[in-house]
Amino acid sequence: MLMDTKTPVPGAASTAARPAPPFDAVAALKSAAFSGAVTLGLGFPLLAYDTHPDISNALVVLPRWSWAIWAAVIVFAGRFIGLMVGARPRAAKRPQQLRVPSRSEGFVKANLAWFAVAALVAFPLVMVGALGANGSLKWINNYGIQILIYVMLGWGLNIVVGLAGLLDLGYVAFYAVGAYSYALLSTTYGLSFWICLPLAGILAAFWGMILGFPVLRLRGDYLAIVTLAFGEIIRIVLINWTDLTNGYAGISAIPRATFFGVPFKDGEGGFADLFGIEYNPIQRTIFLFYVILALALLTNAVTLRLRRLPVGRAWEALREDEIACRSLGINTVNTKLTAFALGAMFGGFAGSFFAVRQAFVSPESFTFIESATILAIVVLGGMGSQIGVALAATVLIGGTELLRELDFLKRIFGDGFDPVQYRMLIFGGGMVLMMIWRPRGIIATRSPSIFLKERKAISGDMVKEGHG
Amino acid sequence: MDIFLQAMINGVTLGSIYGLIAIGYTMVFGIIGMVNFAHGDVFMLSAFVALILFLILTQLLGITNVALAFVIVLVGAMAITALWNWAIERVAYRPLRGSFRLAPLISAIGMSIFLSNMVQVIQGPRNKTIPPMFEKNIALTSGGSYDVTLSYKQIVIMVSTTLLMAAFWYLVQKTPLGRAQRACEQDRKMAALLGIDVDRTISLTFVIGAALAAVAGVLYLSYYGVVSFADGFVPGVKAFTAAVLGGIGSLPGAVLGGLLIGLIEVLWSTYVSTDYKDVAAFSILAITLIFMPTGLLGRPEIEKV
Repeated sequence: MLMDTKTPVPGAASTAARPAPPFDAVAALKSAAFSGAVTLGLGFPLLAYDTHPDISNALVVLPRWSWAIWAAVIVFAGRFIGLMVGARPRAAKRPQQLRVPSRSEGFVKANLAWFAVAALVAFPLVMVGALGANGSLKWINNYGIQILIYVMLGWGLNIVVGLAGLLDLGYVAFYAVGAYSYALLSTTYGLSFWICLPLAGILAAFWGMILGFPVLRLRGDYLAIVTLAFGEIIRIVLINWTDLTNGYAGISAIPRATFFGVPFKDGEGGFADLFGIEYNPIQRTIFLFYVILALALLTNAVTLRLRRLPVGRAWEALREDEIACRSLGINTVNTKLTAFALGAMFGGFAGSFFAVRQAFVSPESFTFIESATILAIVVLGGMGSQIGVALAATVLIGGTELLRELDFLKRIFGDGFDPVQYRMLIFGGGMVLMMIWRPRGIIATRSPSIFLKERKAISGDMVKEGHG
Repeated sequence: MDIFLQAMINGVTLGSIYGLIAIGYTMVFGIIGMVNFAHGDVFMLSAFVALILFLILTQLLGITNVALAFVIVLVGAMAITALWNWAIERVAYRPLRGSFRLAPLISAIGMSIFLSNMVQVIQGPRNKTIPPMFEKNIALTSGGSYDVTLSYKQIVIMVSTTLLMAAFWYLVQKTPLGRAQRACEQDRKMAALLGIDVDRTISLTFVIGAALAAVAGVLYLSYYGVVSFADGFVPGVKAFTAAVLGGIGSLPGAVLGGLLIGLIEVLWSTYVSTDYKDVAAFSILAITLIFMPTGLLGRPEIEKV
């Protein structure tokens, strides 16, 4: 319950506005003591008693008061410090000076996207050069590819949520459709990845239309819940239709990616042999990295392009005001369906990439938590912002991967301490904190796709309904 | 016929639990227009609180009277869960009041992930089982090919649900608090102008919703005898379905919806397929929202420009 400390209290908010109020230590102590006492109450059975099975597998309960007391002390201290910091008089804002961007700065800023792409293209080669083939595998695979999958999923969902303003909590269903399409087509008919990829995208888009059609009359929260239900239905079907999907066990031995037909293998006819270089398993990983990079960039390019086309403008208009949209003669059903289908298609691409990368799919990979993660990426990125989504994916996915690196914490907290198990805990808490602290996401301004005379960035708050 | 009767008994039992959770969804939606996504996890948390309280009572304090233990567990779990939901509302939802519409929903999704993982971290990922509290059965029919039974725990569930629903109904209809709540539901600004402390009323709504969810948690635990950290999600979605089916915002609707969902689920598992019982509930959710968005007892929502 560390979050207690971050709650903006009415007192702190109003004191910050007035000039330099004295810090009321007694009131702060009282407030902190209250928070601590509440924490103690919250922790009473859950933290203060541990339950674990004994030899005969019956649960026994053991007191563990230290945990509850520590939690209360931490909340008490955090709250007190929070109030102290909150009450400190803030330096008056200096009037903003007009800055004339220097030439070089302007050049970097204007071409930021291209620099980022160049850096990403160079990333695996630099990593291999710096860390060697074995040392870099983790960085390219766990960080590079993993993050890029989520960047792509985030951009795909961004079309639905950020541009068209339809809150979709079942996006993972299309990811699953893509993954199972590739898994089934390749294991049953022996089709190659490059044939399955477009097929998976088309199938996912098709599912997007099927699921999208009935739910498009719904708005806001209801749409979110129905898409969630659809996502769960698809997952339950994947679990129970064992003849087709092999149930919980999933589909294994999915053919690995090949370099346009040339397999990554040691010896005659392999990729390394063809190019006359030494065989190393990292070559496949690097190839996969470039594939997902290309797919993600394709998603981005299509989104940016579509935003300038009538359909993209219709999406953004729809997000702002559906009734106005309808009265201007925009076919809202078609507009929503295209957004749903396109978003689903990119989800399908990402899914089939996921299948070829893992060479194994099972329903476990497509739980609601995945949908929530992707939605969190879009929301934290500041719905609608492409760069924001990429940043959010890097922070969220890279951050959770980084937790695996924190082995030194074991030395502090003892061997039983595993940072990875706190991954989702931090993730959930972070989502709440983000909403409190920056509900508009990392990139909180929007520059409109179409504008009159001059392009003005507007605050995300101006975007109606908050779908912006 | 015997099987049908048994299915009806089981369905009403399950439906009572869903109905109790659904009230929490429907009240919060009615008063602040938010889908409280974390409510299912609050329910799960209450079942854990009940489990630990029950173990403390029976193992550390040595209480052997089951009825006494059950009542203490019920009251204790209601109080602690209410405190939890009060704190959750204070920390995760109140700062977002007046923010954009999806902010509380996303915050609630985060809270839901946080709660289930918190329980996993502090109480372990394994299923927790307790010895059954009420073991006896009453045979309603005998001698046939199939004996219809009504177990003591089912009686306890139905009786507790009925009593608490009645108390709750009295609270909402006849007390000043209930009046304030209904006023806030109709028009929050006007209620504030008339001297109602809106923040306090909303807090109390969360507290009451959590107390009822805790009753559901205790009953769930006594019925199945097992709970795990992941048990909040599916009952939560089903209870939400119940709230939507009954007409979100409507209290009798939530109870009716809960009973219907419970019956449909049990009948579906009995006659069609156990594997797809969740699909039945989710499909009802989708179908209701698409064809009958106001539910059975809900008021139509008028959309203005």
